[in-house]
Amino acid sequence: MREAIIRLESVSKLYPTGSGNFRAINNISLVFTKGEFCGLVGPSGSGKTTLLNILGSLDTPTEGTAKVLGRDIGKLTHKESAQLRNYHIGFIFQTYNLLPVYTVFENVEFTLLLQRKTAVERKKLVMDSLEWVGIADKAKSMPAQLSGGECQRVAIARAMVKRPDIVLADEPSANLDAENSIRIVETMKQLNMEFLTTFIFATHDEKVMKFLDRIIHLKDGMVELDKIINKTS
Amino acid sequence: MIRFLIKGLLKDRSRSLIPLIVTSFGVMITVVLHSWLTGIMSESLELNANITTGHMKVMTKAYSEVMDLSPLNLSIIGADSLVKGLKKSYAGTDWVKRIRFGGLVDVPDEKGETKAQGPVVGWSLDLLTKGTKEIERFNLKKSLISGSLPKKTDEGLLTDVFAKRYNIGIGDTFLLFSNTFEGSMSFTNFTVAGTIRFGSEAIDRGALIIDIKAAEKSFNMEDSAPEILGFLEHQYDDEKVNLISEDFNSLYRNNDDEFRPYMIRMRDQNDMGSIIDYSQAIGTLMVAIFVGAMSVVLWNAGLLGGLRRYSEFGIRLAMGEEKIAIYKSLIYEAILIGLIGSITGTISGLGISYYLQEKGIDISNLMPNSSILMPQIARANITIAALYIGFIPGLVSTVLGAVISGIGIFKRKTSMLFKELEV
Repeated sequence: MREAIIRLESVSKLYPTGSGNFRAINNISLVFTKGEFCGLVGPSGSGKTTLLNILGSLDTPTEGTAKVLGRDIGKLTHKESAQLRNYHIGFIFQTYNLLPVYTVFENVEFTLLLQRKTAVERKKLVMDSLEWVGIADKAKSMPAQLSGGECQRVAIARAMVKRPDIVLADEPSANLDAENSIRIVETMKQLNMEFLTTFIFATHDEKVMKFLDRIIHLKDGMVELDKIINKTS
Repeated sequence: MIRFLIKGLLKDRSRSLIPLIVTSFGVMITVVLHSWLTGIMSESLELNANITTGHMKVMTKAYSEVMDLSPLNLSIIGADSLVKGLKKSYAGTDWVKRIRFGGLVDVPDEKGETKAQGPVVGWSLDLLTKGTKEIERFNLKKSLISGSLPKKTDEGLLTDVFAKRYNIGIGDTFLLFSNTFEGSMSFTNFTVAGTIRFGSEAIDRGALIIDIKAAEKSFNMEDSAPEILGFLEHQYDDEKVNLISEDFNSLYRNNDDEFRPYMIRMRDQNDMGSIIDYSQAIGTLMVAIFVGAMSVVLWNAGLLGGLRRYSEFGIRLAMGEEKIAIYKSLIYEAILIGLIGSITGTISGLGISYYLQEKGIDISNLMPNSSILMPQIARANITIAALYIGFIPGLVSTVLGAVISGIGIFKRKTSMLFKELEV
């Protein structure tokens, strides 16, 4: 059994509304282990994004405990959560969110600048990560010159360049055609296997689901089904 | 990291070039407007100083109490030596005798009998001494409509309107009826050397300019003058004038003679103090309104710049950059843009202001029938304030805009990042 890197114990998230509180997630207890390739599936409003926010230390639980890499998310300061994201968590967004004025190389390099790596280190790490996703030849290109699939590859390289423990991806294939979706997920799967990085997706995409080792169905903020499909450990 | 951010700043023209142009342009307009308003205000004051008040004026104490009546019998005796003494005591200042008078111009026909008569106000100035500044102070060369400036003491300049009304031309002789120092009648013949127009209907209706020596002789006032006007080397300066007048008057503090010399400042004459204060207040108010308006524009530019980059800040937050680091970088960028924009705007504004100061704009055609004395050439005046005033909207407002828009970074809920960044 691989080590647990995320532990959620009775986690709930409440948002105040006019008439009381809305429970976006309700009493969820989950454990994610190192190297999982896992998906959060469910209809809109089921709590996928709220859960990703808590896992990514972008939000804190209202009730219960969420520990990521041993750190209690509810007790982290702004600075500590920023550092957790900077060193240990990569994000991949549906709309890529590359910085348009920087080259592909610079977009990927940004995270390493926050880590104060030297220029030599940065160059090696950036080129390595671009190699992994197969777009090293596009290092000097601007995001506007790339296709959607290539942009998402850059986003993956940006998330992976710091060799994070966890990558959180919110609908990473939603803006891509079928062929590109499969290639992107294949790339992520390959990185998952090579580096034992934990990937957690929020997705509706059947093509993505085919690659997942574990699917967690959420409904009304609760875990409806936690199904291990293809155990990698 | 700094290099990375500067690179982004340079590559993103909407973050660098456009704010820089907006800031620079705003600052330039602020500097030009400030210099222009200062110039117009001080030109108007200078015009009054040149014609009536001087920057300061010496007269007898008795004359100063009824100066509106211009009583020649209360004039300073020994004026020439007093002028010499003043020039020596206060280096860099110019002192001139002036005699203002009223009179009647009698225009004869070919038989020498009175054809027409008209009242005139008169000024006698130093027109003939080499290097005299009086011609320039009265702007006589540019005011000349026909003929030339007087070359002899028996020549004078009549206003063009008066000359046409009484049908008197260049080279014609007229008789000036006035009164002497002692109060008796004076009669002196003058020849019309030229006709002039000041651009003020009140004066142009009937004015005569003659040389000071001619007036002294005609009014029996050799070595005396009702008024000695003092001018600073440059424009009116309250502080310098105060120092000079206090120093001069202290020499006669214990003298009770009503004919003792007494110096008054420009602001003590004809309610000029209120006008100086008023014009300064209006100038300051107008500049303040403009600086305020420009500040709002640049503040908004800073604000929009921050809001437009909301998505970029979101990505940076997700990447693990601290909020305070993003906030600081936004402010540093605003300082950089504001500083460069303010410097370039101030330099270009000073360039335009300098041109306007040296060349000016001829506005005489805009008010041919004006009844008030106004400068014919509107000029800018570059003051020390012009060097820094543009930095108020340029630097302070731009940075303030960034500071306020950046507060959004702190208010922003990181928990919304996923949702926001999917837009």
